Amino acid sequence: MTRFVERHPAWALIVIIAIALALWLIFAVWPPGLEEAIGRKRVFLNAVFNGITLGGLYFLVASGFTLIFGLMRNVNLAHGSLYLFGGYVGYAISASTGSWILSFIIAFILTALVGILLQVIVFRRMEGQDLRQTMVTIGLSIVFADLMLWACGGDFYQIQTPSWLIGPVELPLITALKSSGEPVYLRYPLVRLVIFAASVVIGIAMWLALNRTRIGMIIRAGVDDRDILAATGVRIQIVFVLVFALGAGLAGIAGVVGGTFQSLSPGEDIRFLLASLVVVIVGGMGSIPGAALGALIIGLAEQLGSVYIPTYAIVVTFLIMVLVLALRPQGLLARR
Amino acid sequence: MSVTHDARVSVRTATGVQRPGLRAWPGIDNPAAWIVAIILLIMPLIANGFFLIEIFATTLILGTIALSLMFLAGYGGMVSLMQLTIAGFAAYMVAVFGTSDNANISLGWPWWLAVPMALALATAFGTLGGALAVRTEGIYTIMITLAIGAAFYYFTNQNWAIFNGHTGINNVGTPRFWGINWRADIPFYYIVLGVAALCYFAVEYISRAPFGLALQGVRDNPRRMAALGFNVNAHRVAAYAFASFVAALAGVLQVWNYRQISPGSVSVGACIDILIIAIVGGITRPVGPYIGALIFVLLRTFALDFLVKIGLDGNRFRLLIGLGFLAIVFWSSDGVIGLWQRWRQRATPTRPIGRSGQRSGQGSGHG
Repeated sequence: MTRFVERHPAWALIVIIAIALALWLIFAVWPPGLEEAIGRKRVFLNAVFNGITLGGLYFLVASGFTLIFGLMRNVNLAHGSLYLFGGYVGYAISASTGSWILSFIIAFILTALVGILLQVIVFRRMEGQDLRQTMVTIGLSIVFADLMLWACGGDFYQIQTPSWLIGPVELPLITALKSSGEPVYLRYPLVRLVIFAASVVIGIAMWLALNRTRIGMIIRAGVDDRDILAATGVRIQIVFVLVFALGAGLAGIAGVVGGTFQSLSPGEDIRFLLASLVVVIVGGMGSIPGAALGALIIGLAEQLGSVYIPTYAIVVTFLIMVLVLALRPQGLLARR
Repeated sequence: MSVTHDARVSVRTATGVQRPGLRAWPGIDNPAAWIVAIILLIMPLIANGFFLIEIFATTLILGTIALSLMFLAGYGGMVSLMQLTIAGFAAYMVAVFGTSDNANISLGWPWWLAVPMALALATAFGTLGGALAVRTEGIYTIMITLAIGAAFYYFTNQNWAIFNGHTGINNVGTPRFWGINWRADIPFYYIVLGVAALCYFAVEYISRAPFGLALQGVRDNPRRMAALGFNVNAHRVAAYAFASFVAALAGVLQVWNYRQISPGSVSVGACIDILIIAIVGGITRPVGPYIGALIFVLLRTFALDFLVKIGLDGNRFRLLIGLGFLAIVFWSSDGVIGLWQRWRQRATPTRPIGRSGQRSGQGSGHG
């Protein structure tokens, strides 16, 4: 952090000013002139919160994607299919048992199993052939998409939010002042906040596991140089299977989250594959903090864009990607 | 068609390390190539309108888009998933500058103005995308071009001012001059055949021209080429520019073929279909994409009837495509041409293993 400030003082200043401006926009009561210029503060705050929570969802999808890529150099273009599969499993479990928590556990286990099968049956056979592995994942995503369309049809599904999470919660953020001078606080759906908190917890747990445990050390070593790691006697195939299971399982969990937030239908797999692609391109391939930052940026850009420049929301996302590629092709937080 | 190329390769392997640049056009001494060419030329006598347009013209159009991908992937080592997007962009531009039912969008230019405009804009678009994509390498290129393609798809869906949202632009005008309706089945087939042949021979020519050879050098070892004084990125961007032009030509034909363009035709699935076509046909020779396109179009057209006939659900066409693609990727890194070549080698075992052996890991150039 201090090194970044020392090396890029101008950028650091810009970032600090931007953060300060954002904090002021969120916490201060807006003066009337600003409200006239860009609309109500409630709209803005809702967009920001939607963006942050959507970023949490994107992080869940993209972290598995980036983890798999970082270790195995495997661009898993079937990641979106794993997301959708997890979502359908979660829907089936929650519809039959009524338990939301259970649907997470089963979705994680089943998608992790699919991931293990993929790694053991398919990818182990073509290790080191990046392009061929990518082609195989494209083929698999087509097959999976059609199988899921066959099994589940083209309908929209939404996973039932559990009763204890339904309803809004009042946040200590003032959106406006009534004429009597009484402050109006922001009300926001509890379930989204809980899911966001959960994704933050998962992110921190992953960071801790990667940086503070022995297996995390092995994985990090594998990201840097898997040949030397294998030469030191680590059974790298088992590490590969574990990481693939974890990455796939995270996509499954994200599927349940997405099914609760939004809805599940054919085509969502491509949408979330694209989202995780853009997130990891922006954040830096193979980097978990990069995925978090990228997810936050893309989530916010998408939501703020869809509120303030509705027809061009997707272009904003794309422009961010172009900008990052032009200025820092390896991604914002990549080490390379 | 495969016969011609297989024969050509066997000539190459038999004569050893002949410089490809010194040789005559491929297949000029090969009777099979002439037979295929003549069959294609007299196709309107054999096939009725349905086969002529729905099968053969569609095959040639899709094959030409896939040819542009083959050029980038096979000679440049860059797998670009945005070739269909470039074609779609050209198609949209034809619709926007030319005439259509959406009078508030279309500018109503005559076709001889609208088409060059569309080609220029689409080439510029593809070159820009390429300039972006060459900042990265190998599998990153796939991801970035896929992201560009998807962004364009969502953009066309949301933008109503130019692209008319998800309904697209209907009843696009087609050229009529010299008293001929060029969209009638037989003239249109010949236009498509002419453009496809032009693109095919252009790719063949470039692959043995100095630029193409340098590009293949860049594919195999960019660092060494840079050390030799070649501007690696400039070669790559130029390759994107050429491929974009080929894709744009095909895009113009596509919009004339369907007379409408909508976001559905530039969807992510359609982008991936182009990759499938190129890979299934084989990306080491320009004829591969056309073979792949023929297989794809035949499957797409007849899989439904076929599946129903053997008692399965007819809607599982994509499953069939996906499984076939997986099988090809698993067993032959050189698509159908590679399978055919290997089969021939098995038939004549004395022949030394040629290109397919050296290039068995086709991902080798994508480091």
